[in-house]
Amino acid sequence: MIETPTIVSVNNVIKQFGRFAALRGVSAEFAAGRFHVILGDNGAGKTTLLRALAGLAHPTRGEVSVMGKSPHEACRDIGYMAHPSLLYDEMSGIENLKYFARLYGISGDERCKHAIRSVGLDPALARPVGQYSQGMRQRMSLARAVLHDPRILFLDEPFSNVDVHSAQEMVGLLRGMRDAGKTIFVVTHQATLLEGVADEFIWLRAGQIVDRTSSSVQSGAGVPQR
Amino acid sequence: MNSLWPITLASLAKDIRLEWRSKDALNSMLFFSLLVVVIFSFSFDPTAEESREIAGGLVWVAFLFSAIVALNQTWARELRNQVLDAYRVSPAPANALFLSKALGNFILVTLLEAVMAPLFMVFYNLRVVGAAWELIPVCVLGTWALVASGTFFAAMSIRTRMREVMLPLILFPLSIPAIQSMVEATRIILSGDGNPRFWIVLLLTYDVVFTTACLALFETVLQAE
Amino acid sequence: MKKAFPILAVLTVLLLAYAFYEAMWVAPTERTMGDVQRIFYYHVPSAWTAFILFFVNLVASVAYLIRKNPKADAVALVSAEVGVIFCTVVLVTGPIWARPVWGIWWTWDLRLTLTLVLWLIYVSYLVLRRFSDSAQTPKLAAVLAIFGALDVPLVYFSIWFFRTQHPQPVIGGGGSIDPRMLHILLINWLAFSCFAFLVCWARYRLEMLKRDVEEAEALESLLDTGTSATIAKGKVSLGGGPR
Repeated sequence: MIETPTIVSVNNVIKQFGRFAALRGVSAEFAAGRFHVILGDNGAGKTTLLRALAGLAHPTRGEVSVMGKSPHEACRDIGYMAHPSLLYDEMSGIENLKYFARLYGISGDERCKHAIRSVGLDPALARPVGQYSQGMRQRMSLARAVLHDPRILFLDEPFSNVDVHSAQEMVGLLRGMRDAGKTIFVVTHQATLLEGVADEFIWLRAGQIVDRTSSSVQSGAGVPQR
Repeated sequence: MNSLWPITLASLAKDIRLEWRSKDALNSMLFFSLLVVVIFSFSFDPTAEESREIAGGLVWVAFLFSAIVALNQTWARELRNQVLDAYRVSPAPANALFLSKALGNFILVTLLEAVMAPLFMVFYNLRVVGAAWELIPVCVLGTWALVASGTFFAAMSIRTRMREVMLPLILFPLSIPAIQSMVEATRIILSGDGNPRFWIVLLLTYDVVFTTACLALFETVLQAE
Repeated sequence: MKKAFPILAVLTVLLLAYAFYEAMWVAPTERTMGDVQRIFYYHVPSAWTAFILFFVNLVASVAYLIRKNPKADAVALVSAEVGVIFCTVVLVTGPIWARPVWGIWWTWDLRLTLTLVLWLIYVSYLVLRRFSDSAQTPKLAAVLAIFGALDVPLVYFSIWFFRTQHPQPVIGGGGSIDPRMLHILLINWLAFSCFAFLVCWARYRLEMLKRDVEEAEALESLLDTGTSATIAKGKVSLGGGPR
């Protein structure tokens, strides 16, 4: 296997919410240009780990480094998508994207239209996002996350509540992005969907990484089932 | 810093557009303050002379309560679908969000005042004895005092367990000097009894001090989870 | 450090007893107010102590925002708590004094009102701490503490306009006071400060212990949610003591 450079690293990260700890000393390095899937039971700390990587949660102790910087400093290279859409329900897709483009200092509609087309939606759709189907909303949410062409994508449960067909489309889109050189992190409990696409599975349990399997070596074991 | 104002305006335009479509905050706020006015006029039945003395207090308390309604809505919209997270992962400056929200609330509360002030005049049979134009700086500074600190503390209170209930508990004690200044200045102007300058200067000082502190500390609050 | 605590406790008790004796039996009876004036030896030192504690709260809050040291946050918390207690003493003893002397329980005078507003601000600070259980409570609380401190001069000036019946400040503000009274006042203040420091210290240790326990519980809760049997590094040290 060819060694690829590390793009994201976490060093002994502990995250505690009052009486509850979500991460308990996580250390790992993640290679650039690969498709990482984070798996684990509910409460294992998957979402917290992803949020810490994206700079949304601040570790109680330990450090997260994205491209050698803090996640916040590297925010132009980070795209984040969560299970909630992170979109304003009352506005149409293009209106939403135009607003978020401004946050990244991007002006002009072309980038927004391009992003919407790239997820297979029609930029001219005037319906507010709140009236989209769940699958469409997730794709629009992905368009928002990749609007500024980030090098790293963090996705939290992008396939939940989505029908199988939409989920497979999403996987296809993500595979294309990985092939175009982006580094992708997906938190999910639907590992089967990502069989053959993911480069690496990271297993979290009780706030620690308990196992990492590259797809090249885990072929015999198959995708771990819950 | 050069991106501060474009993003502020973009965010403000977005808020106005959303408010225009739903009119959630505006309608609930207007109706709420109408209720306050009616209840006040049942509770107090003053003569014209007395009402001039107490109207300053009534008007501002009514505006304060109604503003709370709008202030809580401000951030509720950002919490739905966790849109705030999208802002937090972006490179946009935190203060642009604060300024756009404060300006948006300023517009809302000013609208409210424009509608409610005539109602107060009618219900309480008010007539300005002092220099009426002096009410304008009092209104502008007083409204800003309410919305700037209110927007800030609303951002803090949505992170607590009690959410909406928390805002007045933080905002009221801290805004006592501002409220006292507005009330006193308004009373003096309405009754023509003295010079409101001290109170206007105090209100201006409050605005400057609190706005500066809000801008200095908002990033800390926004990035707290 | 552990030994210093009981020593300080004994010293404080002795000092409080001595100060009480001085205030009740040694201090001369005030000519016009009579014995009720003796409450002054509790009212004024409590006020000073409360103000000092609120100042400590501000310093600790700023320190926390700069250094992110949880100890500074604990200091901010305990100083606000104990400060509110002393401030309550001021607000209760004030009217008891005012009633026989001025014939009213309460007046909206400068220092009374300022103390009341301070009390309100710091109670709201404690309410915020009580009702936010996120990991970011210390940050939000520190921010609020800074706003509270900024508010104080504004409150001062706004009430200054209504300045009224309160006796002129006893220290530094002219007015005549028997040197013996001043002496006893200072002794009482010293005793109260020691007492406040002692309480803060105990409360601080309690708070730090509580946080240690919470941390341990947090790690434990995490182990419960996972199927702990299969954890590779099965033995997790819960950091502190046998459990």
